[in-house]
Amino acid sequence: MAFSPEVLIVLGPLVAAAIAGLLQRYIGDKIAMAVTTASVGLSLALSLPIFADFVWGEGHERVIELFRFIDVAGFTSIWSVRIDALSAVMLVVVNTVSFLVHVYSIGYMAEDPHKARFFSYLSFFTFSMLALVTANDFLQLFFGWEGVGVASYLLIGFWYHKRSANDAAIKAFVNNRVGDFGFALGIMAAFMAYGSIQYDAVFAAAAANPGMMFDFVLFQAPVVETVAFLLFIGAMGKSAQFFLHVWLPDAMEGPTPVSALIHAATMVTAGVFMVARCGDLFELAPYAAGFVTIIGATTALFAATVGLAQNDIKRVVAYSTCSQLGYMFFAAGVGAYGAAMFHLFTHAFFKALLFLGAGSVIVGLHHEQDMRNMGGVRKPMKLTWAMMLIGTLALIGIGIPGTQIGLAGFFSKDAAIESAWAAGEAGRLGAQYAFWCGVIAALLTSFYSWRLMFMTFEGRFRGAHHAEHSPGHGQEGHEEEASPAAHAEAHGHGAAHASGAAPAHESPPVMTGPLLILAVGAIFAGVLFAPYFIGDRSAEFWRGAIAVAETSHAAEGAEHGTVAPAHGEAPTAVAEAAHGEAAEPAAHHPPMWVLWAPVVVTIVGFLFAVIFYLWNTSAARAMARGPVWAFLYNKWYFDEIYDFFLVKGARALGDLFWKVGDRRLIDGLGPDGVAATSRFFSGLLRRVQTGFVYHYSFIMLIAAVAFGAYAIYAGMGAGQ
Amino acid sequence: MEITLAHYLFVAAALFTIGAFGIFANAKNVIIILMSIELILLSVNINLVAFSAFLQNLEGQVFAMLVLTVAAAEAAVGLAILVTYFRNRGGIAVEDINQMRG
Repeated sequence: MAFSPEVLIVLGPLVAAAIAGLLQRYIGDKIAMAVTTASVGLSLALSLPIFADFVWGEGHERVIELFRFIDVAGFTSIWSVRIDALSAVMLVVVNTVSFLVHVYSIGYMAEDPHKARFFSYLSFFTFSMLALVTANDFLQLFFGWEGVGVASYLLIGFWYHKRSANDAAIKAFVNNRVGDFGFALGIMAAFMAYGSIQYDAVFAAAAANPGMMFDFVLFQAPVVETVAFLLFIGAMGKSAQFFLHVWLPDAMEGPTPVSALIHAATMVTAGVFMVARCGDLFELAPYAAGFVTIIGATTALFAATVGLAQNDIKRVVAYSTCSQLGYMFFAAGVGAYGAAMFHLFTHAFFKALLFLGAGSVIVGLHHEQDMRNMGGVRKPMKLTWAMMLIGTLALIGIGIPGTQIGLAGFFSKDAAIESAWAAGEAGRLGAQYAFWCGVIAALLTSFYSWRLMFMTFEGRFRGAHHAEHSPGHGQEGHEEEASPAAHAEAHGHGAAHASGAAPAHESPPVMTGPLLILAVGAIFAGVLFAPYFIGDRSAEFWRGAIAVAETSHAAEGAEHGTVAPAHGEAPTAVAEAAHGEAAEPAAHHPPMWVLWAPVVVTIVGFLFAVIFYLWNTSAARAMARGPVWAFLYNKWYFDEIYDFFLVKGARALGDLFWKVGDRRLIDGLGPDGVAATSRFFSGLLRRVQTGFVYHYSFIMLIAAVAFGAYAIYAGMGAGQ
Repeated sequence: MEITLAHYLFVAAALFTIGAFGIFANAKNVIIILMSIELILLSVNINLVAFSAFLQNLEGQVFAMLVLTVAAAEAAVGLAILVTYFRNRGGIAVEDINQMRG
């Protein structure tokens, strides 16, 4: 086993997690925090050169095999570290966010008594994700897949004394189980059909025989479609896509740094990564890819609508994640894997920024999460406000189309939307739907992001000091509240911040520091790396690590003349594509209205937010009483529907098996029945034992007489 | 009237029956049980001696001596148990001695 930096990147956090977790009693919190943070920092430091090598240098791909995990009867799985452009991107994303989250947690969890356990879980989480992204076969991918599932369960339920946290942890785990079942089936199907679980072998086998069919009992199914579809079921669970998204908002029960880690780097991005990794499969499976597109687009729109109505600051950001993941998926679904990965990359920065910023606000307001009880936080927390502003601008994608000016989200999100448009023009399944969903979701994204900013930072502080404050009346009641200073005095910790607009305090440098770094990423990640991920240098950057299709359906179609009119208005782009000069040509030259649409709707969303949450707050309050709002606030009643159909049904079925099947049938006839029967007969037999000696002697006498009589009778009989 | 072997056997059988009934028809006193056992043993002794005389064989009388010894030992041990039992339980009524009841 060669020991190289790549190996250290992956295994370092595992070792640190083991040290912090197993030896926490002996080494104490400080050393545990130092070890884990340092190991992830080391991983980051070692990942950056690899990434830089792919961006600016040679970028030699390699697979380092560590050991044979399973090698039996033709089934081989080798534990390995695969380094290519795709995993290099993921290494940087995972390690950057994880490292900053580790640092931030030192401040955020300062008062928690179980710091060592927390940091151990964080590092284990990081390790699982690193194992996932560096996998060279599906089994290791599945290992990491399950590892992040376990780690997320542990971290969401970290405050295990809270019932809601336990419930959320179980919900996340069970939800992921549903997806993982599909994922496991996909892997098994791939092995059954192609005889291997190595990425390259599977992709090659699939490409060699794209028309292969499975024989089911009554019908036949195309192998590639089946495998891709099943794998995507797993991605739906892990990446919280429509139908399996319900766990993600509840995962907010965990500590805020965990939310940032789950949402920005580890866990939810795994699904996008997997689809990008298996791009070769999805390119061969147009219907599965269309399914990815439609689910992604629906999620983008759905989550954005729900985000409009949430009052918990973290939930808003959570639904925002859900929505942005939808963008990534429909970008991947239409074949723009570069755009998907690019959005994943930039999203990691600004979403981590938003989450950690939200966490900073929450800590500053003494663990208040309801935005209706916030307001006026800008003055006491200027730095956090500035960072959140950058995050918001990056999320909604402010920038000027046609130029290289813009924040991270501008490049990546618009790339996703434009590639959807281009693919739609080429007739790819679901792409047009995805385009319109993407545009509308961009409007909603802008609205809810600004709503969050305005409700949190602007206006007057709508205090958290009245104890009888019920959540339902927060908005209605805030107008007639007294001055902020009075609030500060009334607040339990009033003395410390009597001078502020809101009784908040800025977070310590250990928490704001990561925000600054992430803010730099949120500003520059887009403009710096756009050429490499999706632009004219993408071919040499990816080097085939992701599927080369890249909206090539449009390009290929034009080349072969089958879908010739698809790009009539952009013939140069098609020509470029045909010559393979650019991996994503179609998305680069759409008409101007497509370029401007996301930006315009973003501005419209901003104006709406200004109207409703700065100028005319009574309108917002009126809206909050409407049925549409209630529908959105209750997340389209997904939880209730699932509760009614699935949870209740499962419970009824469980009750049936438990009470009738197990208790009555199995226990009744089995152990309990046998026991009851023997008990009954032994009760009868027991009465013979009277305890009186003369009874026993009487029986002995009777028996002796009887035996004697028999002996005599028999003796006479024998004698005759 | 000449006293034949049958007479001896009849007396022995009568004594045995009285002893046996003394054991289980008596629910009052443990000492009576001991005495009944003694009676049974003696009825057996009568049988032994009677057959010994009838068969002109001394072995039966030797056995009778053995049975007497055993009976004496048994009486001693039984009474000793009774004394101890009385000390522990404060009574020797037969109806109270049912600790082995199931």
